[in-house]
Amino acid sequence: MEFAIKTENLGRIYKIRGGKKEDPKELVALSGVDLQVGRGELFGLLGPNGAGKTTLIKILTTLLAPTSGRAWVAGFDVTERVNEVRQRINMVSGGESSGYGLLTVRENLWMFAQFYGLSSAEANRRIKALLKVVGLDDRINTKSSDLSTGLRQKMNIVRGFLTDPDVLFLDEPTLSLDVGASRDVRRFVREWVDQDPTRTLLLTTHYMVEAEELCDRVAIINKGRVLACDTPANLKHRLQKDVIYRMEVSPLNSLGTAPFEALPGVRKVVHRPQDGFSVLELILEKDDALSSVVATLTSADKHILNLQKREPTLEDVFVDLVGYSMEEVEQAEAPEASQ
Amino acid sequence: MTMATSEPLRTAEPKLLRSFRLAAWLGWQIESNWADPFLFAVYSIIKPLSSAAILVVMYSIITQADFQAPIFAYIYLGNAFYIYVGQVMTGISWAVIDDREHYKTLKYVYLAPIDYPAYLLGRGVARFLIGSFSVGITILFGVLFLNLRIDLAEVNWPLFLFSLLVGVFMLAMMGLLLAGVLLLLAHHMWGLGEAVAGALYLFTGAIFPLEVLPSFLRPVGYILPVTYWLELVRRSLVGQVAQAFPTLAGYTNLQLVGILLALTAVMSVLAVVVFRWCEGRARERGLIDVVTNY
Ligand SMILES: Nc1ncnc2c1ncn2[C@@H]1O[C@H](COP(=O)(O)OP(=O)(O)O)[C@@H](O)[C@H]1O
Ligand SMILES: [Mg+2]
Repeated sequence: MEFAIKTENLGRIYKIRGGKKEDPKELVALSGVDLQVGRGELFGLLGPNGAGKTTLIKILTTLLAPTSGRAWVAGFDVTERVNEVRQRINMVSGGESSGYGLLTVRENLWMFAQFYGLSSAEANRRIKALLKVVGLDDRINTKSSDLSTGLRQKMNIVRGFLTDPDVLFLDEPTLSLDVGASRDVRRFVREWVDQDPTRTLLLTTHYMVEAEELCDRVAIINKGRVLACDTPANLKHRLQKDVIYRMEVSPLNSLGTAPFEALPGVRKVVHRPQDGFSVLELILEKDDALSSVVATLTSADKHILNLQKREPTLEDVFVDLVGYSMEEVEQAEAPEASQ
Repeated sequence: MTMATSEPLRTAEPKLLRSFRLAAWLGWQIESNWADPFLFAVYSIIKPLSSAAILVVMYSIITQADFQAPIFAYIYLGNAFYIYVGQVMTGISWAVIDDREHYKTLKYVYLAPIDYPAYLLGRGVARFLIGSFSVGITILFGVLFLNLRIDLAEVNWPLFLFSLLVGVFMLAMMGLLLAGVLLLLAHHMWGLGEAVAGALYLFTGAIFPLEVLPSFLRPVGYILPVTYWLELVRRSLVGQVAQAFPTLAGYTNLQLVGILLALTAVMSVLAVVVFRWCEGRARERGLIDVVTNY
């Protein structure tokens, strides 16, 4: 087996039934996805809400059939060899509080461990060890309905690791966790993969930092398409020739970013309105272009409050690839984005 | 974190058994939520007794309280055992909605290496036990207060136990079929099991002979295995009054057993085929973990 995960031209179209008389609309959630994740990799899928990340995870975990293409997990086709795949994987979605509220934390976890054929003794041993790692060991006999949402999510994360899968899927694992808990989860995820070279982990995130700091390789995904796939360092290398500035200016209001993007040497401009000022992220081909940006601002009677040159981040890579920041993409989709 | 052994200690228990056993355990934890004994009492004692009471009141008005007539035992027992129909079908099919909408665990259960139909059947065990309790209470009530006569020495126990077993299996298969349908319905259809049980109530000869129905409706009763099952259970308990209910009086016990087995086999095949089809459709349409938006 070469790859822990492999997809070939994978696609998924949802049929959305509107009113009774309307024809069903088609929504392309994934299109032509070719991915190869090696054994032992910590692989990240980075993209805004609605990009298709969850859809891809659902297909890889046998919950959803693709409408085109094929996919293999742990060497087995996810539509034809469902049983083989299921024995070797596990999955956790963040941002939801699942679990049988009237069972204790231990009982919830014990039952799922048993689903995978673990013996009771082994299950209990692992439950204790893992609960300790996430700092939930003092709650082992608490009914899970009495846990806060964050603690329930931790329990759910433990459920994923409990069966020691060959390939583990984490869908936005740190969504709705506080800063400290997110950090703990990230550290644990990294350690888990590093401990055993046969373990593979695929996580999705729309946090740039998470992808950048945690993952061996990252695929940037937008509107169901994989736009780039490489190590974070190599992805940022694409912008090596560019210079990036972060500028705080008086509120842009109706001016928008168009006048700046029309300037020669300016590749992309992202505008983030703040309380009382505007932030401009500028991706420039060379330093010279900055002067024309400044000139444009001045002629529009805008003041520069702060200016900073900085290293490229994955955020810039995303902007470079898509043309918009992730927030802008999410805002544009906001009325219909559901998950 | 340290995982001492690289080779997980797996048990040799077959997947089918494992799925059934764990689901039965889970179902029992959920159903026997003694935290609210009052609700449990309402549910398993008062509700079946009050529905029996309604029937008894109607019966006594129509017959001027003739509780000696053999047909009374037939009606009373038919109604009592019909409790199983709702309980077993609901117990199994309801698990789909409960896991998906309430506990949000359906996707995790579904992608685990278990046999999902066996899991669903297991989830029905608790309701079966509670249903048995209700059936027992209802019959006891009839014997103590309504002159319902069951002569324990006259009961055909082997026939009774065999029929009960086959019947419960048949109802479980009907529950599996409904569970498949529920996988496809992303709406709040929690009452489906009870609704189907209610709809079939009048067609199965539970409380009146099929002859009472207009002739074009009678075939519905004749193709339902529940009809033959109820007849067998009643005959095995109060055999000598079988003639009071003309519908199936012409059949011997053995013939009825044969029909019940054949129809149960047909129902099982149908249930498995329909369930597998629905499951496939649910995966195609992305419905496995869809939660109804309220
Ligand atoms: N069951 C579904 N039916 C119809 N459309 C869906 C369904 N699930 C997701 N979508 C749509 O598919 C697109 C991708 O969704 P998703 O995979 O959840 O994205 P992400 O996880 O990256 O936020 C979105 O536009 C979403 O609205
Ligand atoms: Mg998602």
